[in-house]
Amino acid sequence: MQRLIKNGELVNDPWTLLREATGPEILKIVPGKNFIVPLRFWKLYRSDMDDYAGAFGIWLDSQETVGDIGEEMHKFPVIALNFPVFSDGRAYTNARELREFYKYEGEVRAIGDVLRDQLFYMMRCGFDAFEIRHDQEPEACLKAFADFQTGYQASIDQPQPLFRRR
Amino acid sequence: MYHYDKYDHQMLADRVAQFRDQTDRYLDGKLSDAEFLPLRLQNGLYVQRMAPMLRIAVPYGLLSSTQLRKLAYIAREYDKGYGHFTTRQNIQFNWPALEDVPDLLADLAEVEMHAIQTSGNCIRNTTTDQFAGVAADELEDSRPWCEIIRQWSTFHPEFAYLPRKFKIAVCGTKVDQAATQVHDIGIYLIEGPERQVGFRILAGGGLGRTPMIGQTVFEFVEKPDLLTALEAILRVYNREGRRDNKYKARIKILVKELGIEAFRKKACAEWERIKGGPQTLTDQEIERCKSYFVDPPYDDLPDAPDTLTSALKENLLFASWYSQNVRPHRKTGYGIVTLCFKETGVAPGDITDRQLDYLAELADHYSFGEVRITHEQNIVLADVRQDQLFELWRKLSAASLATANLNLMTDIICCPGGDFCALANAKSIPIAESIQREFPSQEELTDIGELDINISGCMNACGHHHVGNIGILGVDKKGEEFYQLSLGGSSKHDASLGKIIGPAFAQEEIPSVIRRIVDVYREHRQEGEAFLATYRRIGMDPFKEKVYAKAD
Repeated sequence: MQRLIKNGELVNDPWTLLREATGPEILKIVPGKNFIVPLRFWKLYRSDMDDYAGAFGIWLDSQETVGDIGEEMHKFPVIALNFPVFSDGRAYTNARELREFYKYEGEVRAIGDVLRDQLFYMMRCGFDAFEIRHDQEPEACLKAFADFQTGYQASIDQPQPLFRRR
Repeated sequence: MYHYDKYDHQMLADRVAQFRDQTDRYLDGKLSDAEFLPLRLQNGLYVQRMAPMLRIAVPYGLLSSTQLRKLAYIAREYDKGYGHFTTRQNIQFNWPALEDVPDLLADLAEVEMHAIQTSGNCIRNTTTDQFAGVAADELEDSRPWCEIIRQWSTFHPEFAYLPRKFKIAVCGTKVDQAATQVHDIGIYLIEGPERQVGFRILAGGGLGRTPMIGQTVFEFVEKPDLLTALEAILRVYNREGRRDNKYKARIKILVKELGIEAFRKKACAEWERIKGGPQTLTDQEIERCKSYFVDPPYDDLPDAPDTLTSALKENLLFASWYSQNVRPHRKTGYGIVTLCFKETGVAPGDITDRQLDYLAELADHYSFGEVRITHEQNIVLADVRQDQLFELWRKLSAASLATANLNLMTDIICCPGGDFCALANAKSIPIAESIQREFPSQEELTDIGELDINISGCMNACGHHHVGNIGILGVDKKGEEFYQLSLGGSSKHDASLGKIIGPAFAQEEIPSVIRRIVDVYREHRQEGEAFLATYRRIGMDPFKEKVYAKAD
């Protein structure tokens, strides 16, 4: 079943998420894939990655910060931000930072404990792809993006705060 | 007061619909307890010892008579006929059923009220001085700024899952009535280098298990930059606040562990990135918010009219109430009246549906249809004509609302305690009552003068015991309830945390211990010296000696 929501639709996922920080041998075993690798993997095995035939994205855990990737982020078509539990709110700040300060234009994907009731705020902070948890009803999740018609603050989806629009 | 436009109404309607759907899914078993928890908390809903408890936001303590009547209706329809004003200017109901809460919220929305972010690890209701806009010693009205912060913090998508709860207070007066320095962020309206009004912003204050006084992060912030400065502090906190230990997760611990210098550096770095950005306030927005807090249609009246002065001469009870409960108003001919809800035998902050309706009537008749809730759990009629004070007092007396103990030692701040709250170690309301019974004489109370007693039933400190001149904390010792006393706390501009006097006491000892403490004060005080000043001059020892002296 499709579990990835992108731009408000359920889509097939062209990426394979490398959850565990394995060694670079994985690249030899499965050639030609598109991997989203942990930050540490990229830091340790950059040269192996350069020789690989497939594409790469990076994922950050919630205690890691966008600054840990730096300007090189722009060469990755996707950056995924992990929610170890849905109540850990650090990835919201990471997402905003990617969009607001680094002007990152690739896909910002929510992974991990991604639930229906947090999707709306994630979207406002700049996430545009959501890998929902296995037990979430995809149709119900699609409705989440219409939970509110507008918000007070400046946000990624609406850069002008309400007071500049009302 | 602020009035909703179509955007505010729409957002509130969206919120009610969202919570109705979430509640339905929870009752259907589609949302787990753990997943529903933060959703219901961010709608003010706790599951408590006896039934759910719903905390309704009263933004910066301001209520219209229409809203009071709605609260009375809610007390009748959804509760057992009463509510409870909290120490953060909100109101709680202890008996609504979970499945009724969406309807209750829809009823509230009709009068521009809600329970948004009154609990949970998010930015809570912003509080301020209950005398904002009418106080004689005010630099600038803090309420428009509270409203600006309310809107910015409501449904802030980045800060809904902070490490822990986050409380902001704003103060624009010389006498700090808002306990500003013990908030996660405290904001003082101050004059800048060119006499322009702006803000000093403190962070890292708080009570609870590790009480701390806030420290200055930004010495002076220009008005347009208020929200970006707040956002910078919140962003540092959201990223770096501890999430491994609930008891170390407040911003005060982060500020302490980093040190204020390092924290300031990080906050400044964040601020630099967003200062001047879209969140910068426009003159138009500042004026728009201010336009809701203009003076009501006052009459031109003289101070001290004959009706007042003669009543003061003729009626001693009225005179005593007047001197304790009426404060000078910015506008001549008017007074600020505080109704003290601390009658002996009634839990501090409790109010019945009838009292709520009656208050609405008084507000309409005497104070332009508005009241304010104080963090001391009292109620203020802010704009009463001086020539109507006596008439008002007579009505209050008939309704048992004329207790003249404002700021006196029986005006106790007290959390709901073990009678209601699942977190409490010990009861707190009966302790308040036993102290009130120990000191029944108005004459004696007046002689003792200003003395804040604050009681919390556990170290979460909802009764703000650390900043009471006398603080009382309920503790659990092997299943029995004991009470630890501290002396010397204050929540004003000279904020300080109380010091523990010594070993804890049993419940029945408390009245006599308080009596001894008061005796020491009366023995040592100098002319015109309040309890706190005497304590600061003579220190803990004389109190300790007397309190723990062996009976002869």
